[in-house]
Amino acid sequence: MRRAVLLAIAMFALAAPPVSAADSVNPKADFKAFRDYFTKHFPKVPLNDFVNGPYSMDADLRKQWEEIDAFPPYQFALDKGKQMFETPFKNGKTYGDCFPNKGIGIRQSYPYFDAKAGEVVTLDVALNQCRQANGEAPLDYTKDDMAALTAYMAFTSRGKPFDIKIPNDPRALAAYRKGEEYFYTRRGQLNFSCASCHVQSAGDHIRTEVLAPALGLVAALPIYRSEWGGMGTTSRRLITCNSQVRAVPLKAEDELYRDVEYYLSYMSNGLPISGPGARP
Amino acid sequence: MRVHALIRLAVILSAAGLTTAAWAASADDFNAAYTKAEAAENQAGTLKTQWTTTEDALKAAKKAADAGNFDDAIKHAQQAEALANASIAQAKEQATAWKNAAIR
Repeated sequence: MRRAVLLAIAMFALAAPPVSAADSVNPKADFKAFRDYFTKHFPKVPLNDFVNGPYSMDADLRKQWEEIDAFPPYQFALDKGKQMFETPFKNGKTYGDCFPNKGIGIRQSYPYFDAKAGEVVTLDVALNQCRQANGEAPLDYTKDDMAALTAYMAFTSRGKPFDIKIPNDPRALAAYRKGEEYFYTRRGQLNFSCASCHVQSAGDHIRTEVLAPALGLVAALPIYRSEWGGMGTTSRRLITCNSQVRAVPLKAEDELYRDVEYYLSYMSNGLPISGPGARP
Repeated sequence: MRVHALIRLAVILSAAGLTTAAWAASADDFNAAYTKAEAAENQAGTLKTQWTTTEDALKAAKKAADAGNFDDAIKHAQQAEALANASIAQAKEQATAWKNAAIR
């Protein structure tokens, strides 16, 4: 009888799917592995320099960028963003009234997990929540006004280290996990994941472009892109990436886009905000 | 002899006509092909795994059908269905395969 029970237990153990490290959610362990991966692959790149994306990978490109940055191409967005940020709404309140420290130097704490709503809130979403709470129409997440506002807020936060919290809340851990899954999932007819370019091919060329490493990738957002001839928000960046691999993009600030930003921002904890950035 | 030749010609032409009628696609054929493609693409949509090329093929199918070119319309619809099914297969495979790529 005892033998039969042992046999049954052994058979059950063999039949059950193996529980691997990949099935448990452990942001701290992921963070360490992620950091180790990039620092081992790019031992000559100073840790904080990863936020400069392709310029941390290519010396020639870096020289061009340094010259371009003497007259920042995103300056127009900073000016517009500052003006928008300081202009009161119709009810007399301002964006600053919606945020800690009046909205200055806080970019590094976004996205965060909103326990009340049970979902991830990005800076862009928080700005629209602020507008709507004050009777204003929300801004388009992909257009210049949102890019200008977030550019200004990033600028006031430059140098401050990312400080993304993942509370011990199953919903927050699930959002983190969904973001991670989205990042590594291949999609589109070209069968690319975000990681195909920004992990497995970081530093390589794709046509004339140098692919930025995933570590620090979100620190420079929003960005001015010469290719676009203008500013782009995080939503615009994600939507464009999807289209480039022939995947139908999600809606701007879709839950999955917010989750992947949450995941990538957590992976960049400790690295300085460098936005707004300028990219080829 | 001449009558036989004419009869033979009539039979050939008739057979050719029947063949053409049998091969020419109709609006009903297109609708059936398009419905199948659309259903597959909707399924891909629920999995958030649609491809832009599927959408393009569906649009091309509609455009050809609107112009009355049902042969081309069906080809595009069948292509769209194949693409949609490939995107669904990709999503199903990636549901677990992504873990193999994750840095641990």
